[in-house]
Amino acid sequence: MANVLENVGRRTLNELDYVGSLNIQLWSTLRAMKSAMPLVGNRYRWQATVRQMLEIGYQALPMVSVIAICTGFILAMQGASELRRFGGLHYVIELVAVGFTRELGPLLTAIAVSGRSGSAFAAEIGTMKVTEELDSLRVMALEPIEFILAPKYLAALISIPCLTVISNFFGVVAGGLFMFFSTRLAPLLYFRYVMESIALRDVITGLIKSLAFATIIAHVGCLEGFRVRGGPDSVGRSTTSAVVKSTFFVIVADALFTAIFYFTVKP
Amino acid sequence: MPIISIRDLVVEYDGRRVLDGLNLDIEPGETMVLLGGSGSGKSTLLRQIIGLERPKSGSVIVKGADITRCSPAELKKVHHSIGVAFQSAALFNSLSIAENIALPLREHTRLAPSIIDLMVWMKLAVVGLADFGKLLPQELSGGMKKRGAVARALALDPEILVLDEPSAGLDPIVAAELDELILLLKEAFQMTVIVVTHEMPSAFRIADRIAMLHKGKFISVGTKDEIRASQDLHVRHFLDRIPEELADATAIAAHFEKYLHTQETHQ
Repeated sequence: MANVLENVGRRTLNELDYVGSLNIQLWSTLRAMKSAMPLVGNRYRWQATVRQMLEIGYQALPMVSVIAICTGFILAMQGASELRRFGGLHYVIELVAVGFTRELGPLLTAIAVSGRSGSAFAAEIGTMKVTEELDSLRVMALEPIEFILAPKYLAALISIPCLTVISNFFGVVAGGLFMFFSTRLAPLLYFRYVMESIALRDVITGLIKSLAFATIIAHVGCLEGFRVRGGPDSVGRSTTSAVVKSTFFVIVADALFTAIFYFTVKP
Repeated sequence: MPIISIRDLVVEYDGRRVLDGLNLDIEPGETMVLLGGSGSGKSTLLRQIIGLERPKSGSVIVKGADITRCSPAELKKVHHSIGVAFQSAALFNSLSIAENIALPLREHTRLAPSIIDLMVWMKLAVVGLADFGKLLPQELSGGMKKRGAVARALALDPEILVLDEPSAGLDPIVAAELDELILLLKEAFQMTVIVVTHEMPSAFRIADRIAMLHKGKFISVGTKDEIRASQDLHVRHFLDRIPEELADATAIAAHFEKYLHTQETHQ
């Protein structure tokens, strides 16, 4: 019994240490963010931010689009198979439009980016730690948080909401294609129904979620990299851990945000 | 007045004492070699001297500032006067050699890009890499990488140059070339040079004074001749290449016999 309590205590302390480290890292990054911004910051950091935006956003575009199209089709087909029985096939439009803008667009994008970029952040920073590159930055009087993390975080904050909007678009387009092939609903009419069914608050809540997901992905990925201890094998472990933890935190955050919006934002 | 002064320095990792009350003064313009076997604590001492870690107690005073207690801003100021070449070279793999050297110049000076290019070329020429600036670190040999790391350490014309195991893993000819480079740098720039090594020929070629570490303590500090004449048992073992901890053949035989006996009993 004592052993069980001891283990529970140790695990709790470890988790609290992790959350505390995430908080400290987040505030340090927010303080360093100015340096990564255009015009007011350091132009080399802004160049690094643009490079990161291309890696996180532009290069993930094909994958996010295909995932959105497939999920749009799946959602429309699954919805139609049930709604048809009640004569409510037209509700598929609302299901796809609202489902994507509020929920699936931000979530699927976050999961895709977490697998692609969260793991890449952890691997890159972990390797830099193992090869003493982080130490060499510090002795050159350069802060790793400002030099490495701030551009990644700013790039994630810009790219992930943009990817979310694109994901929403392709998901809705897939729903439109399904409706066209199954009911011969004209695309223009479909888009008119879509615009009628979604409200601005749906888009805004989706984008707020995507900003939170961007924060989680960038910070969990980078923290896993900074926490690498030992040799190259620990870089592999941190990469896996970055994907697992950021996906987990994204889903938990999604549940929290959905609950908050459900109880506070009135239609 | 010493440029670096170490007083009663104690470092512990998880309760294990790694450095035990060290005292050492390094004078401006001298080449101090920190000599010792594997696990003697020389790399830990180096990390303390360059302010990468904080000790359990004691002080490291660099140019009048106690870097174990100073603020991050003061530590950055001290770092501007220290150039470090790490054991693994720690060059940034995504940047060319020239870009690696330009990095501290770009970050800490307001020099025009053309002047930075000229300075980078001069640093590369000093270490004999003038024609290799455009190559990436992974395209260079081990010796060239180390010279590239020295060139980057020289970028801001530091008063103190710190080299961690500069000749480790290099063939004798390349190692001798690096020794000559260190002597040349010292003569040309009148720098204080601190070299961590366990290579005896290299230490005796470049050192003004040698500080010999054994199990976290200085067992001898003196000029090359004083070290050569030392009658300390550990120094003599190190100089004469006499092993200290041989495998206990009797204990191994007893353990093996016990194992065989257990196996026979099981059968």
